[in-house]
Amino acid sequence: MQDFGAAFLTAFDLLIGADAALLEIIGLSLRVSITALLAAGLIGLSLGAALAVTRFPGRGFILVIVNSMMGLPPVVVGLVVYMLLSNAGPLGFLGLLYTPEAMIIAQAILILPIIAALSRQLIEDLHAEYAEQFRSFCVPTGRMMVELLWDARYSLLTVMLAGLGRAMAEVGAVIIVGGNINHLTRVMTTTIALETSKGDLALALGLGIVLLSIAIAINAGVMALNATAKRQAYA
Amino acid sequence: MKHLKTLTLGAAAGLILGAAVAVPGTAQADAIIVQSTTSTQNSGLYDYMLPIYEKKTGNKVNVVAVGTGQAIKNARNCDGDVLLVHAKPAEEKFVADGYGVKRSDLMYNDFIIVGPPADPAKVGGMKDGPKALSMIAKSEAIFASRGDNSGTHKKEKHLWKAAGIDPVKASGKWYRETGSGMGATLNAGVGMGAYVMTDRATWISFKNKGDYKIQVEGDKQLFNQYGVILVNPKKCPKVKVKEGQAFIDWLLSKDGQETIASYKLKGLQLFFPNGKMM
Amino acid sequence: MRPANVVDLRGDAASDASAPGAGADLFPLVLDDVSFQAGGTVLIKGVDLTLPAQGATVIMGPNGAGKSLLLRLMHGLIAPSGGTVTWGGMPLGEAVRKRQAMVFQRPVLLRRSVAANIDFVLRLRGRADPGRRREILDHAGLAAHADQPARLLSGGEQQRLAMARALATEPDVLFMDEPTSNLDPASTLVIEEIAKAARDRGTKIIFITHDMGQARRLADDVVFVHKGKVLEHSPAETFFTQPASTEAGDYMAGKIIL
Repeated sequence: MQDFGAAFLTAFDLLIGADAALLEIIGLSLRVSITALLAAGLIGLSLGAALAVTRFPGRGFILVIVNSMMGLPPVVVGLVVYMLLSNAGPLGFLGLLYTPEAMIIAQAILILPIIAALSRQLIEDLHAEYAEQFRSFCVPTGRMMVELLWDARYSLLTVMLAGLGRAMAEVGAVIIVGGNINHLTRVMTTTIALETSKGDLALALGLGIVLLSIAIAINAGVMALNATAKRQAYA
Repeated sequence: MKHLKTLTLGAAAGLILGAAVAVPGTAQADAIIVQSTTSTQNSGLYDYMLPIYEKKTGNKVNVVAVGTGQAIKNARNCDGDVLLVHAKPAEEKFVADGYGVKRSDLMYNDFIIVGPPADPAKVGGMKDGPKALSMIAKSEAIFASRGDNSGTHKKEKHLWKAAGIDPVKASGKWYRETGSGMGATLNAGVGMGAYVMTDRATWISFKNKGDYKIQVEGDKQLFNQYGVILVNPKKCPKVKVKEGQAFIDWLLSKDGQETIASYKLKGLQLFFPNGKMM
Repeated sequence: MRPANVVDLRGDAASDASAPGAGADLFPLVLDDVSFQAGGTVLIKGVDLTLPAQGATVIMGPNGAGKSLLLRLMHGLIAPSGGTVTWGGMPLGEAVRKRQAMVFQRPVLLRRSVAANIDFVLRLRGRADPGRRREILDHAGLAAHADQPARLLSGGEQQRLAMARALATEPDVLFMDEPTSNLDPASTLVIEEIAKAARDRGTKIIFITHDMGQARRLADDVVFVHKGKVLEHSPAETFFTQPASTEAGDYMAGKIIL
């Protein structure tokens, strides 16, 4: 297939050309996925920390649910959010369907279990180490969660990146609740889906390469900042 | 070292805020949503036509292109102001059920059957759609169907019925239901050497044709009529009646019809206007 | 209530230890028929013990005897399966535990700077204050390391930080679970000096060690534990010269006791 070679050339042209339409799409992708990440991070990290330090009846059941939800198919999330936000649904009055906000909600729901489940495991492992010392100092539970989150911050960054990766890569949810509307809700992945359905495989793959390049840039940037901060400040 | 940490955090926060603020604008108050079939989007018609309309009127049109079956369902959920699809019986039922104000013919083109150059069912050059399908069935040549209850799929089922064949019995054998959009089905069909029924506009704009050829075309039964409907505000109070009707009026006007006719790809006209201003 | 196994320490070794500090109301510490079991195995059996406010109590005994469990029961890190632990008549709860601190065999330091480790407990007790922090680090000889990651300190420095952090809560009781078992002699000595200084300021010290020399240097009284039972509680001098139980004698002689 000559499409591979063409794809790399297309990707190169797209990146060099910095075409306004492409920048708009990339900008929206970042805005939607990063906002979703912040929302899911706020809730997911709190939930993960709470599940890590508390013991109550039914906790095991909740862990199974949260862990299983990591495998939520994006299409299902999209469908559920669509049914909620549809004008025929309970939240239709909000008028959020086919807006970037709807996409943010869908992606946040999609990555929340990933952040909660992975951070729960990480913090629980750290808590196993700190538990006796914290108990000795009589650290209140809320305070314990904050201190554990702070001490696990470098590992948690990887969890957040995993969440961001999943959010930026998924298409099933955003195409349903966003509608892939040009100049409004069209993001990288829905553009790739659209170009694929137009049979323009080289352009679709080229966009895929652009998306991957952005992901690599973000991850490299965060890792570099992380490594510097870790080396210079704290172990 | 404290400063470096602050700096790092500051930079990260700045990046995130910057990204969040960089792209402004969400739903505009007067923008309408058109629930649409995919062929009109995939062929590039909207990308050509909507900027012209928006420039003339200042009204924004947002298109959700999902296939006729899904578009009608979404419109029934009141998630659109205008419905633009191609399945006349389903459209008429939509209006009869009270979800649409009135259906108007907008434009047409035709369906074709494309296939590999080897043409295992020997249907090349035929006009009669049902007859061609029965030859494909007889030779058990692979046929890729949308299988998604879209306008094209509805039309295909109608032709099978006319040929007196129930292809679903061979589903998974020579009859392959992709359950996907037109483009995905064409990609799959070309990939597995199957015959595919498609609308002409999608085919002309489709870029992954491989060595595929049009095998069957020109039958009256392969006529593909597009219709446009304003969603009924009695069922869906949030419908933007004024803006929606203005868009429909423009589509059916001399100006709109000429705009549709003037859209060409590779020198070929994709859609033929046949709307009438009432 | 069964009579507690009271040992009068006033006549001998403890007499030259400091006078009871501000924490006198926490004493005596009384363990009444305390037992602890896990997974069906009884690990601590019917311990009756009374400890006074003054001096340093050392808990000795072979590995697996239940010393660490006993220390954790006293501090309230674990709850007894039977019996009661009371401090000056008060049941063990946060009110009591907040006036105590514990240093573990392997120091549990936060993944932060040395200074932030001290700030953590100062804030916890509502008195975050850079001046106080500097004073504490100076006292532990760690002032020069204030901005370093705590986990990159040497083993001895880490344990010193753990001590300094525990003492930053100004505890009336300091527990130590084999605090110097992983340290070289010089670091061990520094830890002992810090512990002694705390004791002399009136802090009750209760600690576990296998280091006979350390026990002799620090102990005012000795609790000997074997197979989950307290076999002996004597003034240090008596214990090291004339242990009451044969097991204690064998233990000190380096014999394997079963």
